Amino acid sequence: MTQNDDNVIDQPEVLKPRMVTIEISGKQYTVPEGITVIKAMWYAGQEVVRGVGCLGGFCGACATYYRTKDDPKVKTCLACQTAVQDGMSFTMMPPFPARKAIYDIRTLQDPKQDLFNLYPEAPLCRNCNACTEACPQKIDVREGVWKAVFGDFQSVSDMFMDCVMCGMCTPVCIADIAPNFVALYVSRAQGAHFAEKPRGLEARIKEIEEGRFDDEWNRILSMNEQELTELCAKVK
Amino acid sequence: MNIHALQQIVHQTRDVRRKQTIPRLSPADRDQLIHKYHPDYRASAYRPLRFGPNEGEKTVVELATLLEGDSPLGDHVDLTPHHQADVLVIGGGGAGCAAALHAHEAGAKVILATKLRLGDSNSVMAQGGMQVSVAPEDSPVTHFLDTLRGGHMENDHHLLKVMVEEGPSIAKWLIDLGVLFDRQADGNLHVKKGGGSSKPRLLTCSDYTGLEIMRVLKDEVINRRIQLLEFCAAVELLGDGDGACTGAVFKDLDNQQYVVVAAKAVIVATGGIGRLHIQGFPTSNHYGATGDGLCLCYRIGAKLSHIDTFQYHPSGAVYPEQLVGALVTEGIRSEGGHLVNARGERFVNELDTRDVVSSSIIRECEEGRGIRTMSGRVGVWLDTPLLDAEHGPGTVEKHFPAMVRQFERFGIDISKEPVLIYPTLHYQNGGVKIDTNSETGVKNLFVAGEASGGLHGRNRLMGNSLLDLMVFGKRAGLTAAARAGSMKQGKLTLKHLERFRAEAKKHGNFSGVISPMILPAYTRKT
Repeated sequence: MTQNDDNVIDQPEVLKPRMVTIEISGKQYTVPEGITVIKAMWYAGQEVVRGVGCLGGFCGACATYYRTKDDPKVKTCLACQTAVQDGMSFTMMPPFPARKAIYDIRTLQDPKQDLFNLYPEAPLCRNCNACTEACPQKIDVREGVWKAVFGDFQSVSDMFMDCVMCGMCTPVCIADIAPNFVALYVSRAQGAHFAEKPRGLEARIKEIEEGRFDDEWNRILSMNEQELTELCAKVK
Repeated sequence: MNIHALQQIVHQTRDVRRKQTIPRLSPADRDQLIHKYHPDYRASAYRPLRFGPNEGEKTVVELATLLEGDSPLGDHVDLTPHHQADVLVIGGGGAGCAAALHAHEAGAKVILATKLRLGDSNSVMAQGGMQVSVAPEDSPVTHFLDTLRGGHMENDHHLLKVMVEEGPSIAKWLIDLGVLFDRQADGNLHVKKGGGSSKPRLLTCSDYTGLEIMRVLKDEVINRRIQLLEFCAAVELLGDGDGACTGAVFKDLDNQQYVVVAAKAVIVATGGIGRLHIQGFPTSNHYGATGDGLCLCYRIGAKLSHIDTFQYHPSGAVYPEQLVGALVTEGIRSEGGHLVNARGERFVNELDTRDVVSSSIIRECEEGRGIRTMSGRVGVWLDTPLLDAEHGPGTVEKHFPAMVRQFERFGIDISKEPVLIYPTLHYQNGGVKIDTNSETGVKNLFVAGEASGGLHGRNRLMGNSLLDLMVFGKRAGLTAAARAGSMKQGKLTLKHLERFRAEAKKHGNFSGVISPMILPAYTRKT
């Protein structure tokens, strides 16, 4: 391999890894600066079973509370997506026993009204905004709850596309709303009942059922290896 | 050098590159490139299996060691069942949820067991989309040919035909459950073009396609009150001693006790192997991707297929260090993002198949045209700001919110700065051999999703995995439920394990590890 020192990215943290002191669930550990919160737990010798999922910021398993040095504010993060810094103190959120309503999305008669039967606490929001502040995905959760209550299901489904269902909006709610579950219901109702049915898709399903492609299938599946290879190479 | 100084060449050469077209490689050139640079052709990474259904066939040493591993169960395990089901689904990702829902819909009593939480999987991370031929100029036949070409003509034709033909009805099923696929102005499904595909065919939910599908499927599994066994890792399948599968033994990861489940049919949907870090590669996979299902099925006698081939996704992050291995979605390249070497040159058609693109990145880096990091990694640039230049400011933010958020957390604005990438271990192309009903060579044992093999040949096309999960999850669920309706629960024995142990002894014993692995050993011991 040709070595060219011009093409090397500076990473002072790699050249001289600095050790920092952090607190995991109230206990002090010394770990390399800049590694993720999850990696810091592994580095500290902890076995982690609950609290790790996709490790890519999508599954919401690693919801974590943390505080930085001298700051009284407790913040939230996904442990796989956040780097540790000196003086940081964190603890993982335990599974929270929030209530999820049970429903059959396909047979709802009046989804916008049904919201109030399934989640009667939804309209009781007292506007404290704690849910929005707790969201590690920066969703305006409080606004979403109100939009759900006012029947603007389209906006809620757009706003909550980023929701990883970590549930950090729930323990902070003084009205006992589980905003992520409310939004999930609303998004599903939007998709199943209010989004336009795609006509092209229905047409394609019908074509397949009616055997529109059968002749082409017969032709292709009777080809020998070489004929098929040549045909594949020609597809543009 | 400062990273911003190094990135200048990408900004400087952008306008020149935009005028270039780079043709896709001819089949001959493609084969030559792959044989020289693709990790699948690094002979020293492979060894033949010494015993079991695939005796004599080669696979990577990391997997061979696990397949030849011993079971954690001793000779005298109490097999009195704690739970009974018609259909036992092992795995809580896309294939597992689809299988459980369809089996339940068909009237079966279903138990879904998973070693993490319901939904913790690779499926939830799928960003690129799901291939379904819905566009008027497209067809299931074209989808078939694209996939076959991408899989180096080694795909199982029967499996592949089933997948492409059932795609549209699967999309309808998901929409009826409330999945919000992106739409065109006229209400039809919006389709994007994926690498290796001749027609736009990717259904997307911005860059959260897998998350959106999994949110809905998880919710549906809970709404149907399907019995869940979370944090229960399968450690051994059970057989009737007469060639049929009859249940499984799990280890409850909360209390370390064994849990025995009797079932008339078992569906293994345990996903892939990224966390084995084959050949030392970082991975885009989730925490539990340790190939457990392969070990379980292998021990009970199911044959595996294409276990010598893995997919190294071209664009795994190399910088910052915290994101190493994380995926930078192929969607960026679908929308025109260039790959650029240290000299500011493009070197491959970015929408060629993943094996070709990955091989070409490895070539650039091995020949000294890569960009290195001080932690010893190397990569090439993916020109993300190009998308805003091409389609207008705000494009990156609007189309790739997940990606923007991921890098923003580390102070990188990908709409202004290119990202450094290198291939990351992404997908197991092969797996347990199945028929079109998802059944393995072992009776009443089904496998669906990434754990199965044959459908994708030697290289999976972008967007075919989500479809695979849904189609074969459904087929496994329906067939298993129908089977269970007409039979009695078989005996629970570990006879296959006695057989496997005898065979191991004959061939110089086990590899020395206990398998399945369950979770990777990341905890520091000293």
